[in-house]
Amino acid sequence: MASPEALLICEHCDTVYRRRALVRGDVARCACCDAELERHHALSVNAMLALILTAFIVFVQANMWPIVTLGLNGQHSSTTLWGMIVAMWREQAGVVSVLVAATLFFFPLMKMSLLGWLLWFARAGRRAPGFRQLMVTLHYLGPWTMSEVFVLGALVAIVKAHTYFDVTPDPGIYAYAALTLLITIFAGVDLRQLWDETPEPLA
Amino acid sequence: MSALPRAAELGLIACKVCGLVCRNVRDDERLDGDDRADAMACPRCGATLHRRKPNSYVRTWALLIAAFIMYIPANVLPIMRTASLNDVDDNTIISGVVELWRAGSPNLAVIVFSASIVVPVLKFLALGTLLLSSQRGSEWARLQRAKLYRLVELIGYWSMLDVFVVALLTALVRFSVLSRVEPLPGVIFFGLTVVLTMLASMSFDPRLIWDGKDSDD
Ligand SMILES: [Zn+2]
Ligand SMILES: [Zn+2]
Repeated sequence: MASPEALLICEHCDTVYRRRALVRGDVARCACCDAELERHHALSVNAMLALILTAFIVFVQANMWPIVTLGLNGQHSSTTLWGMIVAMWREQAGVVSVLVAATLFFFPLMKMSLLGWLLWFARAGRRAPGFRQLMVTLHYLGPWTMSEVFVLGALVAIVKAHTYFDVTPDPGIYAYAALTLLITIFAGVDLRQLWDETPEPLA
Repeated sequence: MSALPRAAELGLIACKVCGLVCRNVRDDERLDGDDRADAMACPRCGATLHRRKPNSYVRTWALLIAAFIMYIPANVLPIMRTASLNDVDDNTIISGVVELWRAGSPNLAVIVFSASIVVPVLKFLALGTLLLSSQRGSEWARLQRAKLYRLVELIGYWSMLDVFVVALLTALVRFSVLSRVEPLPGVIFFGLTVVLTMLASMSFDPRLIWDGKDSDD
Protein backbone atom coordinates (compact mmCIF):
# COMPACT_ATOMS: atom_id res chain seq x y z
CA MET A 1 0.00 0.00 0.00
CA ALA A 2 1.10 3.57 -0.69
CA SER A 3 2.42 5.70 2.18
CA PRO A 4 -0.24 7.74 4.05
CA GLU A 5 1.12 11.04 2.71
CA ALA A 6 0.39 9.91 -0.83
CA LEU A 7 -3.26 9.32 -0.01
CA LEU A 8 -6.22 11.62 0.26
CA ILE A 9 -9.60 10.77 1.76
CA CYS A 10 -12.78 12.57 0.79
CA GLU A 11 -14.22 14.06 3.99
CA HIS A 12 -17.74 13.87 2.65
CA CYS A 13 -17.97 10.25 1.57
CA ASP A 14 -14.81 8.44 2.76
CA THR A 15 -13.51 7.57 -0.72
CA VAL A 16 -9.73 7.09 -0.88
CA TYR A 17 -7.62 8.71 -3.60
CA ARG A 18 -3.98 8.81 -4.54
CA ARG A 19 -2.73 12.39 -4.33
CA ARG A 20 -1.71 13.98 -7.58
CA ALA A 21 0.23 17.16 -8.22
CA LEU A 22 -2.05 20.09 -9.04
CA VAL A 23 -1.17 22.88 -11.41
CA ARG A 24 -2.48 26.42 -11.40
CA GLY A 25 -6.25 26.59 -11.47
CA ASP A 26 -6.74 22.88 -10.74
CA VAL A 27 -9.47 21.71 -8.42
CA ALA A 28 -9.57 18.02 -7.56
CA ARG A 29 -13.13 16.77 -7.09
CA CYS A 30 -14.41 13.55 -5.60
CA ALA A 31 -15.66 11.17 -8.28
CA CYS A 32 -18.20 9.74 -5.87
CA CYS A 33 -19.85 12.76 -4.20
CA ASP A 34 -18.44 15.71 -6.20
CA ALA A 35 -17.03 17.45 -3.09
CA GLU A 36 -13.86 19.45 -3.48
CA LEU A 37 -10.84 17.38 -2.45
CA GLU A 38 -7.99 19.76 -2.99
CA ARG A 39 -7.36 22.98 -4.83
CA HIS A 40 -4.22 24.52 -6.19
CA HIS A 41 -3.25 27.69 -4.38
CA ALA A 42 -2.13 30.62 -6.42
CA LEU A 43 -1.35 32.53 -3.22
CA SER A 44 2.17 32.16 -1.85
CA VAL A 45 2.83 32.29 1.88
CA ASN A 46 4.10 35.85 1.44
CA ALA A 47 0.96 36.90 -0.40
CA MET A 48 -1.20 35.36 2.30
CA LEU A 49 0.75 37.16 5.01
CA ALA A 50 0.36 40.47 3.19
CA LEU A 51 -3.36 39.83 2.87
CA ILE A 52 -3.71 39.03 6.57
CA LEU A 53 -1.78 42.14 7.63
CA THR A 54 -3.99 44.28 5.37
CA ALA A 55 -7.10 42.62 6.77
CA PHE A 56 -5.83 43.27 10.29
CA ILE A 57 -5.37 47.00 9.65
CA VAL A 58 -8.78 47.24 7.99
CA PHE A 59 -10.34 45.31 10.89
CA VAL A 60 -8.91 47.73 13.47
CA GLN A 61 -10.34 50.65 11.52
CA ALA A 62 -13.70 48.96 11.01
CA ASN A 63 -13.95 48.65 14.78
CA MET A 64 -12.68 52.10 15.72
CA TRP A 65 -14.66 54.19 13.28
CA PRO A 66 -18.42 54.71 13.57
CA ILE A 67 -20.44 52.60 11.15
CA VAL A 68 -23.31 54.93 10.38
CA THR A 69 -24.88 58.17 11.69
CA LEU A 70 -28.59 58.87 12.00
CA GLY A 71 -30.07 62.34 12.13
CA LEU A 72 -33.48 63.38 13.49
CA ASN A 73 -34.56 67.02 13.91
CA GLY A 74 -30.98 68.19 14.19
CA GLN A 75 -29.99 65.49 16.70
CA HIS A 76 -27.37 62.95 15.67
CA SER A 77 -26.64 59.43 16.78
CA SER A 78 -23.89 57.08 15.62
CA THR A 79 -22.39 53.81 16.77
CA THR A 80 -19.40 51.52 16.46
CA LEU A 81 -19.36 47.73 16.71
CA TRP A 82 -18.63 47.97 20.43
CA GLY A 83 -21.49 50.42 20.79
CA MET A 84 -23.75 47.62 19.50
CA ILE A 85 -22.33 45.10 21.92
CA VAL A 86 -22.78 47.44 24.91
CA ALA A 87 -26.29 48.49 23.82
CA MET A 88 -27.48 44.88 23.55
CA TRP A 89 -26.01 44.10 26.95
CA ARG A 90 -27.79 47.06 28.58
CA GLU A 91 -31.10 46.16 26.95
CA GLN A 92 -31.23 42.73 28.59
CA ALA A 93 -30.17 40.89 25.46
CA GLY A 94 -26.93 39.52 26.91
CA VAL A 95 -27.05 36.40 24.73
CA VAL A 96 -27.14 38.52 21.59
CA SER A 97 -24.43 40.79 22.96
CA VAL A 98 -22.14 37.79 23.49
CA LEU A 99 -22.98 36.38 20.04
CA VAL A 100 -22.14 39.68 18.35
CA ALA A 101 -18.94 40.13 20.35
CA ALA A 102 -17.79 36.59 19.53
CA THR A 103 -18.66 36.34 15.83
CA LEU A 104 -17.79 39.91 14.83
CA PHE A 105 -14.93 40.77 17.18
CA PHE A 106 -13.17 38.06 19.17
CA PHE A 107 -13.23 35.19 16.67
CA PRO A 108 -12.18 37.27 13.64
CA LEU A 109 -9.46 38.89 15.75
CA MET A 110 -8.21 35.50 16.95
CA LYS A 111 -8.29 34.09 13.43
CA MET A 112 -6.23 36.93 12.00
CA SER A 113 -3.73 36.95 14.86
CA LEU A 114 -3.22 33.20 14.67
CA LEU A 115 -2.83 33.28 10.91
CA GLY A 116 -0.41 36.18 11.08
CA TRP A 117 1.71 34.36 13.66
CA LEU A 118 1.70 31.04 11.81
CA LEU A 119 2.40 32.57 8.39
CA TRP A 120 5.20 34.76 9.72
CA PHE A 121 7.14 31.63 10.65
CA ALA A 122 5.96 29.64 7.62
CA ARG A 123 7.62 32.29 5.44
CA ALA A 124 10.97 30.94 6.64
CA GLY A 125 9.70 27.37 6.22
CA ARG A 126 9.41 26.93 9.98
CA ARG A 127 6.67 25.99 12.38
CA ALA A 128 5.73 28.76 14.79
CA PRO A 129 5.91 28.10 18.54
CA GLY A 130 2.65 26.44 19.54
CA PHE A 131 2.00 25.45 15.88
CA ARG A 132 0.07 22.28 16.65
CA GLN A 133 -2.30 23.75 19.22
CA LEU A 134 -2.87 26.91 17.19
CA MET A 135 -3.67 24.98 14.00
CA VAL A 136 -6.26 22.94 15.92
CA THR A 137 -7.79 26.15 17.35
CA LEU A 138 -7.93 27.64 13.86
CA HIS A 139 -9.78 24.55 12.62
CA TYR A 140 -12.50 24.94 15.23
CA LEU A 141 -12.83 28.70 14.72
CA GLY A 142 -13.70 28.00 11.08
CA PRO A 143 -17.40 28.80 10.60
CA TRP A 144 -17.85 31.17 13.55
CA THR A 145 -16.63 34.43 12.04
CA MET A 146 -19.42 36.46 10.44
CA SER A 147 -18.11 39.86 9.34
CA GLU A 148 -19.53 39.40 5.84
CA VAL A 149 -23.02 38.74 7.23
CA PHE A 150 -22.76 41.94 9.26
CA VAL A 151 -22.09 44.03 6.14
CA LEU A 152 -25.36 42.84 4.63
CA GLY A 153 -27.08 43.40 8.00
CA ALA A 154 -25.80 46.98 8.13
CA LEU A 155 -27.18 47.57 4.64
CA VAL A 156 -30.60 46.29 5.72
CA ALA A 157 -30.51 48.44 8.87
CA ILE A 158 -29.63 51.52 6.79
CA VAL A 159 -32.55 50.95 4.44
CA LYS A 160 -34.93 50.42 7.36
CA ALA A 161 -33.70 53.55 9.15
CA HIS A 162 -33.85 55.58 5.95
CA THR A 163 -37.66 55.76 6.16
CA TYR A 164 -37.55 57.74 9.41
CA PHE A 165 -34.09 59.33 9.68
CA ASP A 166 -31.37 61.06 7.71
CA VAL A 167 -28.78 58.37 7.22
CA THR A 168 -25.08 59.10 6.68
CA PRO A 169 -22.77 56.14 6.15
CA ASP A 170 -19.51 56.53 8.13
CA PRO A 171 -16.01 55.23 7.29
CA GLY A 172 -16.59 52.12 9.45
CA ILE A 173 -19.04 50.67 6.94
CA TYR A 174 -16.55 51.10 4.09
CA ALA A 175 -13.84 49.45 6.16
CA TYR A 176 -16.23 46.54 6.72
CA ALA A 177 -16.95 46.30 3.01
CA ALA A 178 -13.19 46.18 2.30
CA LEU A 179 -12.77 43.53 5.00
CA THR A 180 -15.45 41.40 3.33
CA LEU A 181 -13.57 41.63 0.05
CA LEU A 182 -10.35 40.45 1.72
CA ILE A 183 -12.21 37.60 3.45
CA THR A 184 -13.63 36.52 0.09
CA ILE A 185 -10.16 36.41 -1.49
CA PHE A 186 -8.95 34.34 1.44
CA ALA A 187 -11.99 32.03 1.56
CA GLY A 188 -10.65 29.50 -0.95
CA VAL A 189 -7.41 28.90 0.95
CA ASP A 190 -7.17 25.52 2.64
CA LEU A 191 -5.03 26.20 5.68
CA ARG A 192 -4.25 22.53 6.12
CA GLN A 193 -1.52 23.03 3.55
CA LEU A 194 0.56 24.56 6.33
CA TRP A 195 0.90 21.09 7.84
CA ASP A 196 2.48 19.81 4.64
CA GLU A 197 4.52 22.87 3.79
CA THR A 198 6.39 23.17 7.06
CA PRO A 199 8.56 20.28 8.25
CA GLU A 200 7.88 18.59 11.56
CA PRO A 201 10.54 19.72 14.07
CA LEU A 202 12.88 16.95 15.17
CA ALA A 203 11.93 16.04 18.71
CA MET B 1 -21.52 0.06 -3.52
CA SER B 2 -19.28 1.98 -5.84
CA ALA B 3 -16.08 0.54 -7.20
CA LEU B 4 -14.02 3.27 -5.57
CA PRO B 5 -12.17 2.19 -2.42
CA ARG B 6 -13.52 3.59 0.83
CA ALA B 7 -11.34 4.41 3.83
CA ALA B 8 -13.39 2.32 6.24
CA GLU B 9 -12.92 -0.78 4.06
CA LEU B 10 -9.16 -0.22 3.77
CA GLY B 11 -8.75 0.31 7.51
CA LEU B 12 -7.85 3.98 7.10
CA ILE B 13 -9.06 7.10 8.89
CA ALA B 14 -8.63 10.71 7.81
CA CYS B 15 -7.95 13.10 10.71
CA LYS B 16 -10.88 15.54 10.89
CA VAL B 17 -8.65 18.39 12.02
CA CYS B 18 -5.52 18.19 9.86
CA GLY B 19 -6.50 15.69 7.15
CA LEU B 20 -3.66 13.24 7.77
CA VAL B 21 -4.44 9.71 6.61
CA CYS B 22 -3.94 7.27 9.50
CA ARG B 23 -4.26 3.54 9.90
CA ASN B 24 -7.33 2.46 11.87
CA VAL B 25 -5.97 0.28 14.67
CA ARG B 26 -9.01 0.31 16.92
CA ASP B 27 -9.62 -3.37 16.32
CA ASP B 28 -5.98 -4.45 16.16
CA GLU B 29 -5.76 -7.36 18.62
CA ARG B 30 -2.01 -7.04 19.09
CA LEU B 31 -2.47 -3.76 21.01
CA ASP B 32 -3.71 -3.56 24.57
CA GLY B 33 -5.82 -0.78 26.13
CA ASP B 34 -3.33 2.08 26.57
CA ASP B 35 -1.48 1.54 23.32
CA ARG B 36 -4.74 1.44 21.46
CA ALA B 37 -5.88 4.72 23.02
CA ASP B 38 -2.56 6.33 21.96
CA ALA B 39 -2.91 4.97 18.48
CA MET B 40 -6.35 6.56 18.17
CA ALA B 41 -4.92 10.08 18.45
CA CYS B 42 -3.68 11.73 15.27
CA PRO B 43 0.15 11.60 15.32
CA ARG B 44 0.35 14.99 13.65
CA CYS B 45 -2.16 17.20 15.48
CA GLY B 46 -3.24 15.11 18.47
CA ALA B 47 -6.98 15.11 17.67
CA THR B 48 -8.89 11.94 18.48
CA LEU B 49 -9.48 9.83 15.40
CA HIS B 50 -12.99 8.63 14.64
CA ARG B 51 -14.08 6.53 11.72
CA ARG B 52 -17.33 8.52 11.80
CA LYS B 53 -18.31 11.48 13.96
CA PRO B 54 -19.27 9.92 17.32
CA ASN B 55 -23.02 9.54 17.98
CA SER B 56 -23.74 11.59 14.91
CA TYR B 57 -27.43 10.66 14.65
CA VAL B 58 -28.28 11.23 18.30
CA ARG B 59 -26.41 14.53 18.55
CA THR B 60 -27.78 15.91 15.31
CA TRP B 61 -31.36 14.93 16.21
CA ALA B 62 -31.04 16.46 19.68
CA LEU B 63 -29.60 19.75 18.38
CA LEU B 64 -32.10 19.94 15.54
CA ILE B 65 -35.06 19.41 17.85
CA ALA B 66 -33.70 21.96 20.33
CA ALA B 67 -33.27 24.42 17.45
CA PHE B 68 -36.83 23.80 16.31
CA ILE B 69 -38.20 24.44 19.81
CA MET B 70 -36.31 27.77 19.89
CA TYR B 71 -37.53 28.60 16.39
CA ILE B 72 -41.18 28.76 17.47
CA PRO B 73 -40.82 31.67 19.96
CA ALA B 74 -38.32 33.25 17.55
CA ASN B 75 -41.14 33.64 15.03
CA VAL B 76 -44.10 34.19 17.33
CA LEU B 77 -42.52 36.70 19.70
CA PRO B 78 -41.56 40.16 18.46
CA ILE B 79 -37.82 40.67 17.90
CA MET B 80 -37.72 44.46 18.11
CA ARG B 81 -39.74 47.41 19.46
CA THR B 82 -39.73 50.79 17.75
CA ALA B 83 -41.07 53.53 19.99
CA SER B 84 -41.69 57.16 19.09
CA LEU B 85 -43.66 59.98 20.76
CA ASN B 86 -47.11 58.73 19.86
CA ASP B 87 -46.55 55.23 18.65
CA VAL B 88 -45.16 51.92 19.89
CA ASP B 89 -44.67 49.19 17.32
CA ASP B 90 -43.49 45.61 17.92
CA ASN B 91 -41.90 43.85 14.95
CA THR B 92 -41.70 40.13 14.33
CA ILE B 93 -39.36 38.62 11.75
CA ILE B 94 -42.16 38.46 9.19
CA SER B 95 -43.46 41.98 9.82
CA GLY B 96 -39.87 43.22 9.38
CA VAL B 97 -39.77 41.68 5.91
CA VAL B 98 -43.14 43.18 5.01
CA GLU B 99 -42.05 46.61 6.22
CA LEU B 100 -38.87 46.42 4.15
CA TRP B 101 -40.94 45.53 1.09
CA ARG B 102 -43.26 48.50 1.69
CA ALA B 103 -40.29 50.82 2.27
CA GLY B 104 -39.48 50.30 -1.39
CA SER B 105 -36.69 47.73 -1.18
CA PRO B 106 -38.15 44.51 -2.53
CA ASN B 107 -34.64 43.20 -3.27
CA LEU B 108 -33.53 43.54 0.32
CA ALA B 109 -36.87 42.18 1.51
CA VAL B 110 -36.23 39.04 -0.54
CA ILE B 111 -32.71 38.73 0.91
CA VAL B 112 -33.95 39.09 4.50
CA PHE B 113 -36.80 36.68 3.80
CA SER B 114 -34.30 34.14 2.48
CA ALA B 115 -31.84 34.52 5.35
CA SER B 116 -34.39 34.60 8.17
CA ILE B 117 -37.11 32.26 6.95
CA VAL B 118 -36.05 30.18 3.94
CA VAL B 119 -32.61 29.21 5.29
CA PRO B 120 -33.76 28.03 8.75
CA VAL B 121 -36.73 26.13 7.30
CA LEU B 122 -34.48 24.60 4.62
CA LYS B 123 -32.08 23.51 7.36
CA PHE B 124 -34.82 21.79 9.35
CA LEU B 125 -36.19 20.03 6.29
CA ALA B 126 -32.80 19.15 4.80
CA LEU B 127 -31.21 17.83 7.99
CA GLY B 128 -34.40 15.96 8.88
CA THR B 129 -34.44 14.31 5.46
CA LEU B 130 -30.72 13.51 5.62
CA LEU B 131 -31.07 11.96 9.07
CA LEU B 132 -34.09 9.83 8.21
CA SER B 133 -32.79 8.59 4.86
CA SER B 134 -29.29 7.85 6.16
CA GLN B 135 -30.61 6.03 9.21
CA ARG B 136 -32.58 3.77 6.91
CA GLY B 137 -29.45 3.20 4.82
CA SER B 138 -31.31 4.53 1.81
CA GLU B 139 -29.56 4.62 -1.55
CA TRP B 140 -32.03 7.16 -2.89
CA ALA B 141 -30.48 10.28 -4.54
CA ARG B 142 -27.20 9.99 -2.69
CA LEU B 143 -25.36 12.55 -4.78
CA GLN B 144 -28.18 15.08 -4.41
CA ARG B 145 -28.32 14.50 -0.67
CA ALA B 146 -24.54 15.01 -0.41
CA LYS B 147 -24.87 18.28 -2.30
CA LEU B 148 -27.81 19.34 -0.14
CA TYR B 149 -25.69 18.85 2.96
CA ARG B 150 -22.89 20.99 1.57
CA LEU B 151 -25.40 23.72 0.67
CA VAL B 152 -26.74 23.72 4.24
CA GLU B 153 -23.19 24.03 5.59
CA LEU B 154 -22.39 26.87 3.21
CA ILE B 155 -25.41 29.12 3.77
CA GLY B 156 -26.28 28.28 7.39
CA TYR B 157 -24.62 31.21 9.13
CA TRP B 158 -26.26 33.87 6.94
CA SER B 159 -29.36 33.52 9.12
CA MET B 160 -27.57 35.66 11.70
CA LEU B 161 -28.47 38.64 9.49
CA ASP B 162 -31.59 39.69 11.41
CA VAL B 163 -29.79 39.48 14.74
CA PHE B 164 -27.19 41.96 13.50
CA VAL B 165 -29.87 44.25 12.10
CA VAL B 166 -31.62 44.44 15.49
CA ALA B 167 -28.31 45.00 17.31
CA LEU B 168 -27.28 47.82 14.99
CA LEU B 169 -30.68 49.55 15.10
CA THR B 170 -30.78 49.30 18.90
CA ALA B 171 -27.41 51.01 19.18
CA LEU B 172 -28.30 53.66 16.59
CA VAL B 173 -31.87 54.69 17.25
CA ARG B 174 -31.63 56.35 20.64
CA PHE B 175 -33.18 59.80 20.46
CA SER B 176 -34.51 59.79 24.05
CA VAL B 177 -38.32 60.15 23.90
CA LEU B 178 -38.46 61.03 20.21
CA SER B 179 -37.51 57.66 18.86
CA ARG B 180 -36.04 54.47 20.28
CA VAL B 181 -35.44 50.87 19.26
CA GLU B 182 -35.27 48.08 21.82
CA PRO B 183 -34.57 44.39 21.31
CA LEU B 184 -37.34 42.01 22.39
CA PRO B 185 -36.99 38.34 23.45
CA GLY B 186 -37.71 36.96 19.96
CA VAL B 187 -34.26 38.03 18.79
CA ILE B 188 -32.60 36.02 21.58
CA PHE B 189 -34.51 32.90 20.56
CA PHE B 190 -33.65 33.52 16.95
CA GLY B 191 -29.93 33.88 17.71
CA LEU B 192 -30.03 30.61 19.65
CA THR B 193 -31.86 28.91 16.76
CA VAL B 194 -29.08 29.89 14.36
CA VAL B 195 -26.33 28.67 16.69
CA LEU B 196 -28.14 25.37 17.36
CA THR B 197 -28.80 24.67 13.66
CA MET B 198 -25.14 25.37 12.91
CA LEU B 199 -24.09 22.92 15.62
CA ALA B 200 -26.61 20.40 14.29
CA SER B 201 -25.25 20.51 10.74
CA MET B 202 -21.71 20.23 12.10
CA SER B 203 -22.52 17.10 14.07
CA PHE B 204 -24.07 15.33 11.09
CA ASP B 205 -21.54 13.12 9.35
CA PRO B 206 -22.07 13.29 5.55
CA ARG B 207 -20.24 9.97 5.14
CA LEU B 208 -23.30 8.31 6.67
CA ILE B 209 -25.15 9.13 3.43
CA TRP B 210 -22.85 6.69 1.64
CA ASP B 211 -22.75 4.01 4.31
CA GLY B 212 -25.10 1.09 4.07
CA LYS B 213 -27.32 -0.07 6.90
CA ASP B 214 -26.12 -0.53 10.51
CA SER B 215 -22.93 1.48 10.28
CA ASP B 216 -23.31 4.21 12.87
CA ASP B 217 -20.61 4.34 15.52
ZN1 LIG C 1 -16.49 12.25 -1.81
ZN1 LIG D 1 -4.60 15.35 12.69
